Amino acid sequence: MTTYLRPRDLDEGLHARAEHADWTVLAGGTDLLVNANHRAAPVGMIDLWRLADLCFVRVEKTSVAIGAGTTWTEVERHPAIRAKLAPLALAAREIGALQIQARGTLGGNVGTSSPVGDSLPALLALDAELEVASVRGHRRVPYREWCTGYRTTHLAADELIIAAHVPVPDATTRTSWRKVGTRRAQSISKVMGAAAITLDGDVVVSARVALGAIANRPIRITAVEDAVRGQRLGVAGDAARAALRGAIQPIDDVRSTATYRREVAENLVARFFSVS
Amino acid sequence: MERPSATGLAVGLAPVGASVPRVDGFAKVTGRALYLDDLDAPGAWHGATVRSTIAHGVLEAIDLDPAFDWSQVVVATAADITGNNFANFIRLIEDDQVALVPIGGRVMHVDEAIALVSAPTRQLAFIAAKHVKPRIKALPAVFDIESALAANQKLFGADNIFKQFLIRKGHVSDAELEAVFAGAARVIEGTYQTSPQEQMYIETQAMMARWDGEVCRIVGSMQCPYYVHKAMKAFLDCDADEVVISQSVTGGGFGGKEEYPSMLAAHVAVLAKKTGRAVKMVYDRDEDIAATTKRHPCRTHHRLAVDASGEILAIDADVVMDGGAYLTLSPVVLSRGVLHAAGPYRSPVVRIRGRVVATNHPPHGAFRGFGAPQTTFAYERQIQKLALALGEDALAIRKRLAVRAGDTTATGQLLGISVGTDEVIGAIEQVAGKPPVRDGHGPSGAPVRRGRGVVFYFHGAGFTGAGEQRLAGRAAVAVTADGGFEVRSSSTDIGQGAITMFSQIAAGALGVDPAAIVVVDPSTAQVPDSGPTVASRTCMVVGGVVEKAALAVRAKLEAWAAAHDVRGSIGEVARAYAVKHGELVEIVAYEPPPGIAWDDSTYTGAAYPVFGWAACLVDVEVDLDTYEVAITRCVQAIDVGKAINPSIVKGQIEGGTLQALGWAVLENVVYKDGKVANANMTNCIVPTFADAPDLETILIEVPYPYGPSGAKGVGEIPMDGPAAAVANAVEDALGCAFDELPISPEVVAASKPRWRKS
Repeated sequence: MTTYLRPRDLDEGLHARAEHADWTVLAGGTDLLVNANHRAAPVGMIDLWRLADLCFVRVEKTSVAIGAGTTWTEVERHPAIRAKLAPLALAAREIGALQIQARGTLGGNVGTSSPVGDSLPALLALDAELEVASVRGHRRVPYREWCTGYRTTHLAADELIIAAHVPVPDATTRTSWRKVGTRRAQSISKVMGAAAITLDGDVVVSARVALGAIANRPIRITAVEDAVRGQRLGVAGDAARAALRGAIQPIDDVRSTATYRREVAENLVARFFSVS
Repeated sequence: MERPSATGLAVGLAPVGASVPRVDGFAKVTGRALYLDDLDAPGAWHGATVRSTIAHGVLEAIDLDPAFDWSQVVVATAADITGNNFANFIRLIEDDQVALVPIGGRVMHVDEAIALVSAPTRQLAFIAAKHVKPRIKALPAVFDIESALAANQKLFGADNIFKQFLIRKGHVSDAELEAVFAGAARVIEGTYQTSPQEQMYIETQAMMARWDGEVCRIVGSMQCPYYVHKAMKAFLDCDADEVVISQSVTGGGFGGKEEYPSMLAAHVAVLAKKTGRAVKMVYDRDEDIAATTKRHPCRTHHRLAVDASGEILAIDADVVMDGGAYLTLSPVVLSRGVLHAAGPYRSPVVRIRGRVVATNHPPHGAFRGFGAPQTTFAYERQIQKLALALGEDALAIRKRLAVRAGDTTATGQLLGISVGTDEVIGAIEQVAGKPPVRDGHGPSGAPVRRGRGVVFYFHGAGFTGAGEQRLAGRAAVAVTADGGFEVRSSSTDIGQGAITMFSQIAAGALGVDPAAIVVVDPSTAQVPDSGPTVASRTCMVVGGVVEKAALAVRAKLEAWAAAHDVRGSIGEVARAYAVKHGELVEIVAYEPPPGIAWDDSTYTGAAYPVFGWAACLVDVEVDLDTYEVAITRCVQAIDVGKAINPSIVKGQIEGGTLQALGWAVLENVVYKDGKVANANMTNCIVPTFADAPDLETILIEVPYPYGPSGAKGVGEIPMDGPAAAVANAVEDALGCAFDELPISPEVVAASKPRWRKS
């Protein structure tokens, strides 16, 4: 039997989490329930679905704070996210089916930390920061340091994810996003790419480039970011492609091949740095 | 004045040819239709299956985990089958497949059934099944056609060949055939591989049994109640009336519920016997994908010999299919495959060889098209290669080489009636328009290359050879005791619209509104054996029988009315008749059209009573960043004889087309050491609406005089052609050949060195 708790507020949730390190946190269930038949039933479950303290989108001066309980439907439809954080809105649109988007949450995606989590490369490219909390207090972790391995993160056993704070790119920064799945909708990613490229005219001042589904966790590709700095668009694409070649070691699995993932990752990254 | 009827038809308008709303539609879209899992039987228990994890071996023991509490569950093994004097096999063509592997018996594939568990809840049954541990001593296993043919490991007979065919036309020896090839101006040769495919019906396999004294009553999701009945009579070793098979509302089949439901029926019958309760078994999706039948993977070697003027001199095809671990339906799937392997093209000389081999894969089985999609892929790639070699337009070459009335097929069948070649090719010509511009940019901004492919193909309607004659399927139309009209047939509605189609045909023949017709639920206790719901035969063959039976009822009613001076509509006459005499039933058996002759020993003659004809055009856009093939346009022109219900026929064609497009570019069943490695809907993918273009369907009606109102089969034909059209289109886009399915992004990426330089 699984003990089920639906906290009334964050405080109750944090206390439950502190007392029951072995309980599972349910943030939407779109991942947990799919595999429920193949896993042992959890001892207990803390259901955070629709917990008011976690359901918010706050547009601040230089960033947008997105509560962990925000669903992908809400992310995709939010005018400020669509206007200012395009890769995140685009990623939200391509997560599962409409039903999954209505149920799955940002906190769930970040907490599950699957290498094919669709929002994660966007959070990397946008240089998001995560806010987590426990009865001990709140802290912030840069998202680029969040993932520690295959489905493992820096979240402590007594912590809950509160929000993502996503800086709004300035006017000189162009952002890109592309998901390559097994089909055009409702698919698991084979390769995902996201980028935020700051330009001076057509010269790359700096860039953040992130890929998903090509390693055991979503990753920033610093080799590419270094290679394109100071290059003109177009030339930067070639440099990005060359730099990526040695930087990733994708794998073969039931959905695709290492060769394909490598080649498509190169094409996507080169495309991000193409003219226009 | 005309008034609308319950079906929306104006009274007085002919029901046949009208898009009458689906009789079952409202209940299905409102969730009121009761599928097997919705049926409640008081006190019913649930069943689960213990399966092999080993592809080939000997079952040494079945261990029950001593830590598990077995007091609440019942476990059944092969010993319970023999212990009840049941016979441990599933009767089909051969009786080679066991229901449960006995101790000491051979395990032939991964996920083969070894034991059964029943419990008060489904969850407990599934948990208990995990605590039953078969002990299997592994033997070397066979997973590919080459190893099967090498026969180092014997799975079936001395050579692992379940069945082989040889068709010869216009020659008597191999030497004679080779002489034609030696003298040809040009030979086109290639090897074509097609992949296994999962039916992915929306309702998983489901069955329930209960014993009513000595009578075993089985209800479930199925295509063919009398196949299950035949199998269960043999399994239970009982008389025909000691087992009753009833179809519940069925959520799709596509061939996947042709033979496999017999296995479930045997399993629930054993559990019901042992528990003394009704037992229900509903497969999990993962289990369904892993354990049930798929489309046969196939390799076809194909040669075309052509003279200097571009006429075909000879066609030579060698078809090899992987049948999986048991014979099941493989011989007939192969038969249809080889009978279509030369394609609808004129050739004085044809040799077709076919073999289906045993491997340690789960048995491959029926799937829409039934062997023909595999060989259609091969011959339509060949014709395309010939067109490229001759520099001839893709539609023009097909028009030039296609058979027409007066020509003969590979088996020497003289084509006479209902040959829609010119109509279907002409329809495509008319709508084709300009081919897409080769180079451009796609919706994502990435560069794309575009191409166009066309195919021309045919599909034999009804059973092969003398099959329909042997079967002599029966159906009845009745005036019931309360004066209503009933159609009684064992043909099932599995989502394709059979009930609506039957009610339209019967209504048309009787001269009443389709809403006045009740099509009774197929149960072996109350309907005659109309034959299975397969082979594009339900409308053409059984519908024709229903039409005759309805006409016979009408003639009797009219004669009775005249004799007794009863006036009024046919419905009023029927009510008057019933009041006086009670039920009136006309049972009619199928009779083949005149002049149909087939020789099974030489495989010559009329392989099918008639063929459906089709042409398909596909435009593709290949994304050069991701190597994905997007199908941007797909037009099918299909000669169906007569569309009894155009809306349902279009639905059939669109569904079959999308299955074919999925098979072409993204569907696959991936085996790893004999186990389905992608046994879930996440990874065993089928197309979504986002993957489908707006499907354009052109109905062509070249009537078949022996079908109801001219109708012929339509269920399977749309599945046959589109995959080759996609391959031809991708070749057009990139300038290199694609001879294997699926044409996945990974395959397209790997083909990059072969692309046309531009």
